[in-house]
Amino acid sequence: MLLDFEKPIAELEAKLIDMKLLAQENNVDVSSAVKSLEEKIKTLKKETYSNLTRWQRVQLSRHPDRPYTLDYINAIADKFIELHGDRSVKDDKAMIGGLAQVGDHSVMIIGHQKGRNTKQRQLRNFGMANPEGYRKALRLMKMAEKFDVPIVTFIDTPGAFPGLEAEERGQAEAIARNIKEMFLLKVPVICIVIGEGASGGALGIAIGDKVLMLENTWYSVISPESCSSILWRSWDYKEQAAEALKLTATDMHKNKMVDDIIKEPLGGAHVDPVGTAKKIRKVIIDSIDELSKLSSEERIAQRIEKFGAMGVFVE
Amino acid sequence: MTWFKRTEKGIQTPTELKKEVPDGLWYQCPECKKVMQTSAHVLNSYTCIECNYHARIGSKEYFELIFDDNQFTELDPTLSSSDPLEFTDSQAYPDRIKASQKKSGLKDAVRSAVGKMNGIEIVISCMDFKFIGGSMGSVVGEKISRAIDYSRKHKIPFLMISKSGGARMMEAGFSLMQMAKTSAKLALLDRERIPYISLMTDPTTGGVTASYAMLGDFNISEPGALIGFAGPRVIRETIGKDLPEGFQSAEFLLEHGFLDFLVDRKELKSKLTDLLIILKGKVTEVPQENL
Repeated sequence: MLLDFEKPIAELEAKLIDMKLLAQENNVDVSSAVKSLEEKIKTLKKETYSNLTRWQRVQLSRHPDRPYTLDYINAIADKFIELHGDRSVKDDKAMIGGLAQVGDHSVMIIGHQKGRNTKQRQLRNFGMANPEGYRKALRLMKMAEKFDVPIVTFIDTPGAFPGLEAEERGQAEAIARNIKEMFLLKVPVICIVIGEGASGGALGIAIGDKVLMLENTWYSVISPESCSSILWRSWDYKEQAAEALKLTATDMHKNKMVDDIIKEPLGGAHVDPVGTAKKIRKVIIDSIDELSKLSSEERIAQRIEKFGAMGVFVE
Repeated sequence: MTWFKRTEKGIQTPTELKKEVPDGLWYQCPECKKVMQTSAHVLNSYTCIECNYHARIGSKEYFELIFDDNQFTELDPTLSSSDPLEFTDSQAYPDRIKASQKKSGLKDAVRSAVGKMNGIEIVISCMDFKFIGGSMGSVVGEKISRAIDYSRKHKIPFLMISKSGGARMMEAGFSLMQMAKTSAKLALLDRERIPYISLMTDPTTGGVTASYAMLGDFNISEPGALIGFAGPRVIRETIGKDLPEGFQSAEFLLEHGFLDFLVDRKELKSKLTDLLIILKGKVTEVPQENL
């Protein structure tokens, strides 16, 4: 599937392939034409991706080919054992987690999980976790703390599930508890927004010593669509809402709400999932090494101080 | 030669102590439509004398109901919103703030104060729904955080009275992070074993419920209050059917195990006092290993 702004590039790329094939069949030298076309593609790509609007970034963050949590885990971890269940209600398939070996490090990886086809999407509830998902996440984080294993979380959710049973089982309480408990975790915590970071559903696993965003992701209090429907009373103002919310990695970094941005290949993470995963792996290892130099009390104090400083007001 | 002589110059009564004349003499309950004297309604802690409907009230009324003789010191009264994202929808955010300040007479959607409740010291932060739907932005987060800090520093129990539609959209990411900020402060309060009572009033939803409102040592509510994460309209749209009666009411939450008890507003002060009396002496001595 192609996004609107991906189409002109894809057309040129198709043309390039055609040209090469045709040349091969007819034994003609088209190297100069190929070269100029390749140049053209490169320029167009650069132009397109350096001028993305905020809404286009949101679209990229939801790209159907974009790597999800399990894709990254498979690419990053040398070993991974998935752990299931919240020990109370059920196993939430929209929130996954488990113990992994990444290089020399043992880590607990936890993240929202989306599905790629209709069946998977339903199984994963579109990446919208229920309270038991957040409680499973907390159970695994406490386990990580017990065994002195650093925690990595991958954030990719359109929001916590707004359903009837979710309310009955205390969606708000589950998220609130996670936020509070994460501040007191004695082990290093690294949180990475890999796709969508929607509101409390994202924040419920996003309190860390390092909070990072991939380049083409968004993180805010509400999705542009919902914001549009509430403030403009229509779904048609999502582009404007995305602009107003300042929800991109660049915005969030500038406003000191995330610590750093992880660059993606030109065109987005889905163009080169392996390369993106490698970058993430390096960031995880470097961050753990860096954070391990501090004592747990220092990390907790800095974590609290960092979030405590967020907000703008006049005295 | 005058008969009476004023010894102190000027009028000394603070604004809070002035007895206000009610707007109208009569009050009609929005629930049962019963008409009663406004004074009777006020005397009944703003609950209906007929059906016990708890009318929505603000910080001014709650302070009056809880603090002895309505005596208290307000904390950080001047804090006011900025416009970090230059947010504009149908109206520019600073204009919206100004209009709301003018209309409500408030600086933002929460007020904090310290005072005595039946002689026991208590720090209260209370939200005001009439200020942009009680929405939580940087000011709300900061004022609550500072109130918790005050409570920690002076080892005084903390009462949070929530009444909010959730996070304030016009401060986007900053609003979201107030959930984290306030929860961080509560984690510190928790470690020092200072009691935190969270009173959820009608309505408490969204990011407020999903942070400080649900984090009390004691989560309590007034009867009939709407409390939830997602709003009823969103849930109805998600599941595609009508919601059962009483869904997301305080009674529903009590039944599902998320509240310690419901409290009638007329008994709020005495019940809170009893709770703190029982805890008294249990909270000041903190064993070192628990810090």
